Amino acid sequence: MQTKRTIFPNKLLPYALLAPQLAVTLIFFIWPALQAVKSSFEREDPFGFKTSFIWFDNYRRIFADPNYLGSLGRTALFALSVTVLAMAVSLVLAVAVNRLLRSGKVYTTLLVWPYAVAPVVVGILWWFIFNPSIGLAPYILRGLGISWNHRIDGNQAMILIVIAAAWKQISYNFLFFVAGLQSVPQSLNEAAAIDGAGPFKRFWTITFPLISPTTFFLLIININYAMFDTFGIVDATTSGGPAQATNILVYKVYTDGVLNLNLGSSAAQSVILMLIVIALTVVQFRFVERRVQY
Amino acid sequence: MFKNVLFLSAGLAAVLSAAPAAAQTEISWWHALDAELGKKLESIAQGFNDSQSDYKIVTTYKGTYPETLTAAIAAFRANEQPAIVQVFEVGTGTMMAAKGAVKPVYELMTENGQPWDPTAFLAPVVGYYSDTDGNILSLPFNSSTPIMYYNKTAFEKAGLDPNTPPKTWAEVEDHMNKIVDSGAAKCGLSTAWVSWIQLENLSAIHDQQYGTLENGFGGLGTEFTFNGPVQAKHWENLKKWSDAGLYQYGGPVGGPDAAPKFYSGECAIYMNSSGSRAGVIANSKDFEVGFAPLPYYDDVTTDPKNSIIGGATLWVLNGKDAEVYKGVAEFFTYLSQPEVQADWHQATGYLPITNAAYELGKEQGYYEANPGSSVAIEQITRGTPTANSKGIRFGNLSQVRTVIDEEFEALLAGQKTAQEALDAAVSRGNEILREFEATNQ
Repeated sequence: MQTKRTIFPNKLLPYALLAPQLAVTLIFFIWPALQAVKSSFEREDPFGFKTSFIWFDNYRRIFADPNYLGSLGRTALFALSVTVLAMAVSLVLAVAVNRLLRSGKVYTTLLVWPYAVAPVVVGILWWFIFNPSIGLAPYILRGLGISWNHRIDGNQAMILIVIAAAWKQISYNFLFFVAGLQSVPQSLNEAAAIDGAGPFKRFWTITFPLISPTTFFLLIININYAMFDTFGIVDATTSGGPAQATNILVYKVYTDGVLNLNLGSSAAQSVILMLIVIALTVVQFRFVERRVQY
Repeated sequence: MFKNVLFLSAGLAAVLSAAPAAAQTEISWWHALDAELGKKLESIAQGFNDSQSDYKIVTTYKGTYPETLTAAIAAFRANEQPAIVQVFEVGTGTMMAAKGAVKPVYELMTENGQPWDPTAFLAPVVGYYSDTDGNILSLPFNSSTPIMYYNKTAFEKAGLDPNTPPKTWAEVEDHMNKIVDSGAAKCGLSTAWVSWIQLENLSAIHDQQYGTLENGFGGLGTEFTFNGPVQAKHWENLKKWSDAGLYQYGGPVGGPDAAPKFYSGECAIYMNSSGSRAGVIANSKDFEVGFAPLPYYDDVTTDPKNSIIGGATLWVLNGKDAEVYKGVAEFFTYLSQPEVQADWHQATGYLPITNAAYELGKEQGYYEANPGSSVAIEQITRGTPTANSKGIRFGNLSQVRTVIDEEFEALLAGQKTAQEALDAAVSRGNEILREFEATNQ
């Protein structure tokens, strides 16, 4: 390490400079997290009159509950589908835009718009498009002989939230992919072209490996997004139904805690979610940022 | 920065100047009614504010019923609770168990010297909201019961008599077939609140037990029993009709898709709370609406029992000043006046809560002038309530209703038979009841 060290003569100053940030973190992150951990070991009535410490009972119940395990599986399926769909589509779009010299900026601007839309609004939008009675999509699908009713059909409901969630994330991925593609040295591509490699070959053997740091970064971000930021979309489109088919973990925390007022179980579930986030973050920092280098 | 300061001081000045000169006690009232109902509710509060100068009711719309309840509970824990909160009937078990949070309305009224006569209220209302000692804990405000709305114009097109609504489920099936076959409408039936209407009320009307210990009134040790043959048969029928396209599912909980299906003329029959009357009339522009009692199975009973209550009551929360409670008691007396009650009932379709309001409506000739407006009250007061039809009382009921919705969806998707779905709902529901019992022991 050859970085220059700044020496503070005053021992208290660095702490004073850090204090605001630390205070925010403590009050808004650490303290609520500890509260959640505490509640997850308790059984409490909604008004908070009676609280009893029950050790791991909440966790035991959660892992014995087939609905929770089902929700875990569905969350994995959902996160994976959203990630694959959002990343694949945005990569295709980024590659296409990257080839345009002049109009590229216009397309980039247009493609970024969905990112500015709030999740709930995205949900409502797709809810409208796929509404079984008034939606446009079911009407077209009916013409194709497919009866669309995500109120009853769990698979269709899952498809709906995957599309809605992926649509919103495409913009974000797109921006990173465009930036990644622009940093690929043009000379490598030209050299390969001279050697007779076609566009597909060039993409898979040169461009794709060179943007892999971006891809891995986006992979983690997308999984995080699908697992934790899609509450609004689920709430506005399917509310976790039908028959829990779209009840992903983060939504289940909400229904059990806020709607059903089962605070202990909800807290335990959010602690589990917290552990998942921590694990994902560790993966990102330990492996992704170190290993993916070419 | 300077701009911010300016804004702040402007805001402060506005707040200060808004404070009335004479010390008027503010009473916060959180409610869950929007659109037509919310406006009417606010006009009632305004009516009280105009009638005296000591108190001011401040209404706040807090979202759906579950959201309002959750908000009130969170506020209570933070010691920021409203004086009055409107809680739907499903939350009754939760509120009754929260003894330290609630100021029982009978206590409130007697402590503040306001008249209080439980017998003034309609019997089914009193029965549903009394504790085991017969005391009313919350003030009944907007009570409803489900009824059947039907599209008279579609009935006519299908060659049916628009003034003879189907009485039994067999007739409903027959009507639905005719309506769909003739092309008068695309679907026969849609319903809001599957759990409340097609299970809780179905059980009450057919005198079927919903849970042990008098449907839960007898104590926390109650268990569900709604997986009997009558309920199974009805769910089987709904599944059959759904497959045949006669019945369209309107979604879970309140069934948000059901109303648009009826308003747009897609489904000719629609079941929902009588409290939707104002909304139904306002939204059904292209056709005439008929009102009828809920159908029954004539091979199960020839004497359908009363239906049960829905809607909400007003709970008074603990932790406020004596002056506030005095105002709340005065407001409740105002609310219980026959004129106010009758006005609310007639404008919205909710039940007249007191006998006097019902009598007043009769005197005014309201029911004759508005055919169908008495369907709900007649249905809920018919016959003598049995142990199975006087209502239900379960803790965590909103959770149970979610379970029922989920199992109903599994049935419609063909994953389970009606009996399997109901059995699963009962066993999952019982687990929820045990959890509630453990929490509140």
